[in-house]
Amino acid sequence: MFLIDCPWCGVRDQQEFSCHGQAHIARPENPDQLSDDQWGDYVFFRDNPSGIHYERWVHSFGCRRWFNAVRDTSSDEFLGTYKPGEPPPVIAEKKGTGH
Amino acid sequence: MTKMELAPVAESFEPIRHSPLSDLAAPRAGVEMRERADVGKINLRGDANDPSFRSAVETELGLEIPVTPNTFATNDKRTIYWLGPDEWLMHCPLDDRRDTQARLRQSLTGIHCALTNVSDYYLVIRLTGDKARDVLSKAIPFDVHRNVFTAGACAQTRFSHAGILLSAVDEAPTFDIQVRWSFAEYVWKFLVESTREYDES
Repeated sequence: MFLIDCPWCGVRDQQEFSCHGQAHIARPENPDQLSDDQWGDYVFFRDNPSGIHYERWVHSFGCRRWFNAVRDTSSDEFLGTYKPGEPPPVIAEKKGTGH
Repeated sequence: MTKMELAPVAESFEPIRHSPLSDLAAPRAGVEMRERADVGKINLRGDANDPSFRSAVETELGLEIPVTPNTFATNDKRTIYWLGPDEWLMHCPLDDRRDTQARLRQSLTGIHCALTNVSDYYLVIRLTGDKARDVLSKAIPFDVHRNVFTAGACAQTRFSHAGILLSAVDEAPTFDIQVRWSFAEYVWKFLVESTREYDES
């Protein structure tokens, strides 16, 4: 179990949150010009890094607000959280994590 | 297309209220619990940065909207809980809920906001007694220690599987647990079960 810093409510237990996958995926502005492969990439394909990952989270049992988080998927360490619309923090890849 | 006519609802219409907690056993030691059946609940959403929204609500209720996360403001009649950056919950006397909502709606005319009467959606359990904090800690992933969760604090969190709004009323300690109606029996029984270890009879 670990703690997550909700940008609205403050630090709360992991059980109150749910993760909804990769953040900052922009919807294509020209969907009708995309090939099926390109559209499929947008809808279904996500990064799966071992290391730093920018994710969308929602504080389901708390304020029910969405926010973004940076998590190191190899250590499960939260490196930061930020509100929607805010620029993602730049996190330097740490030595020793990731592969 | 024919327009469907709905029968008018009488002004005095009151639904029959049967509490899911009325037939349940009370805890025998450590804490006291009762349902606060006389609470009306109104959910309020709006922009806290809009001075006209805040002043309209504050003038009508005589209470400042809490903008500090996890706090509530109260006077002898009403309480406003912070639920989110643009969402609050108001408790008022049950028989005053329609008046309060109507008057708020009146004073908020033209202001972007939402007012929803959720009185029958939630139910409030009042928990008090020496062991109240210990009993709560068994089901809440949240620090309810007296140095952390003091009177005037509230938090939406989970009580085992149920989502709740917990508020610290005073240092007796007394807590209010607001829970969805359909989860109330579960929470009540969980609380009663949690107090069994204090019963030495």
